[in-house]
Amino acid sequence: MFSEFLADYNYIVVIILMMTGLYVVFASRNLIKKLAGLSVFQTSVFLLYITISKVSGGQPPILEKAYAKDYAGLAPETLIAAAEGAGKAAKGHGYNLDITYSNPLPHVLILTAIVVGVATLAIGLSLVVRIREVYGTIEEDQIEKADYIYNLEGTAD
Amino acid sequence: MALMDYIPEWLLIHGPAVIIVLPLIMAAVTSILPGRKPAWFVAMLVTIICTVTAFAVAIYNLKTGVDVYPMGGWDPPHGISLLIDALNAPILVLITLMAVVSLVYALPATLAEVEPKKRAPYYAAFLLCVAGLLGMVVTGDAFNVFVFLEVSSIATYVLVAMGAARDRRALSAAYNYLILGSIGATFFVIGIGFLYMETGTLNMADMGRILADLDGGSRVAKVAFGFIVVGLGLKLAMFPLHNWLPGAYAYAPTQITMFLASTATKAALYLLLRFVFFVFDPDFDYVANVLQFLLVGLGVIGMLFASLQAIFQTDARRLLAFSSVAQVGYMLLGVGIATAASVTAGYLHLINHAIIKGGLFLAVGAMWYRFGITRTADVNGLGKTMPWTTAAFTVSGLSLIGVPFTAGFVSKYQLATAAAANGWWWAVFVIVLTSVLAIFYIGRLLLAAYFQDAPVMEDGQVCTRNEAPLLMLIPMWAMAIASVLIGTNILGASDLVVGASERAANLLLGLGG
Repeated sequence: MFSEFLADYNYIVVIILMMTGLYVVFASRNLIKKLAGLSVFQTSVFLLYITISKVSGGQPPILEKAYAKDYAGLAPETLIAAAEGAGKAAKGHGYNLDITYSNPLPHVLILTAIVVGVATLAIGLSLVVRIREVYGTIEEDQIEKADYIYNLEGTAD
Repeated sequence: MALMDYIPEWLLIHGPAVIIVLPLIMAAVTSILPGRKPAWFVAMLVTIICTVTAFAVAIYNLKTGVDVYPMGGWDPPHGISLLIDALNAPILVLITLMAVVSLVYALPATLAEVEPKKRAPYYAAFLLCVAGLLGMVVTGDAFNVFVFLEVSSIATYVLVAMGAARDRRALSAAYNYLILGSIGATFFVIGIGFLYMETGTLNMADMGRILADLDGGSRVAKVAFGFIVVGLGLKLAMFPLHNWLPGAYAYAPTQITMFLASTATKAALYLLLRFVFFVFDPDFDYVANVLQFLLVGLGVIGMLFASLQAIFQTDARRLLAFSSVAQVGYMLLGVGIATAASVTAGYLHLINHAIIKGGLFLAVGAMWYRFGITRTADVNGLGKTMPWTTAAFTVSGLSLIGVPFTAGFVSKYQLATAAAANGWWWAVFVIVLTSVLAIFYIGRLLLAAYFQDAPVMEDGQVCTRNEAPLLMLIPMWAMAIASVLIGTNILGASDLVVGASERAANLLLGLGG
């Protein structure tokens, strides 16, 4: 039971973070706090992607030079054939291809998603700055109060 | 086609890449251009080139079938591929055409709406938005969809907020849109993550193949489906998730409202079609359940509630925005019935509604431009003061109601026939009922515009005729005439869109078995 819990530890953290973030977005009436909640929510997804990319016992997906002992007993043709099988990019003469490595793809995806998250946060914060300039507050209740008469009349003036 | 003779060969081959890359690069160039005219000119040029390319690629695809463009020469499923097929080619043409039409309107409108120093960035953000929408429609890679979804969304938040020069509520509307839009996109990307766990690939065609082999997959695939439907539901303003839409449409600059109304939710709906029928399959029991109970149920409830809410709006563009939510309900109903006829009808309504709502928002925008009208109470006497604008509004409005010989009738009739063929007479009843409700909210505006006297100004004079500028009349009449052409099948316009919809539906359901 407890070992199962430890095996799913990352997923449990992801769920807790995700729910915390969503709850803050919905429950908070302060525009900045909402954005903070949104950031926590988005970051939990990054953690989810990183978690699924982890291969048990795997090392970072970086090609290493093979050392002499790794060549022992292997014909050079075998090495070259294995290297070419691994893809054009590897060109792997003398690289150690017999390693367990974590899946690099989700990391790359999350790099993109982080950029997207930063852009969203930046736009959100700059909107809050503009709202503060115009309304003089960043509390949603007060903004709604200030707009109440607008909404009744349905016009700006 | 005579057009095809003038398109160079490389543009046909690299067309899918060109329509994304060109607006992306030119957005950066546009943002540093001085003044308004050069920026507008560049944006116009780029969207026209994109339109021609989209047309050419669509026609080319019609001849050659599915066209997969491996980006950077990396073959799918490992590389990111762009995909042109019968499903997304019409949407590409729609988005680029709407971009051109709205830009024609933008030349006079931005003068009044956007501060001078912000005009070049405004057009740059618009180009980014176009690039994002085109990207998410053309790409064949699921994660790429998320990236382009966010590119277009972030540009949209900025554009909506630019309405603050006219109405300060644009800021809080943009903020709400940002929060809800980001939650939607994050739900979507969680779904993609689960799908990747299940299938080990990001290529959508590959995902579909593997899921079919797995016979729907495990619970992971089901969870993925749930997240994707909710995330896209937020983006396309599915009924209970539509709260961001009325504010964003009502306070954005008028050109942006028109462009968003006719493309942004449509692109999200395209993605829903792509995922429900192409990646997943309506044969899987969980997909069938979601279609039959969730999409149909929410679609129908949305049609009724949003139409009712539209009747009680005091702001003309909020009224049209609620009507948009109701129309999304029609499309979801078409998707949810999931027969060839109903998906055709839903897809057809997607195209027709883009044209209809585009025309309506352009007309309302022109009313604001001349008289500062945003409230429904202020349209009195517009039939005399702005006869051409009001006439265009009338044609598009009748089309929205679904009067015969207009585009709205064609697609609503198709949808009702499809529902009846499935034995769902209650759905036919709801379609008719919501059309009647549409008579109320559109008719309220028309009655006031035609049968009330023009208001008296403060100096005691009656408002005189003050027609919208020609650059606004041309696009709104283009939309109005297009909807009549589709309704009456003059020049084969109806055959064209119905044929495109049928091909799209056949592709989806043929693949889905």
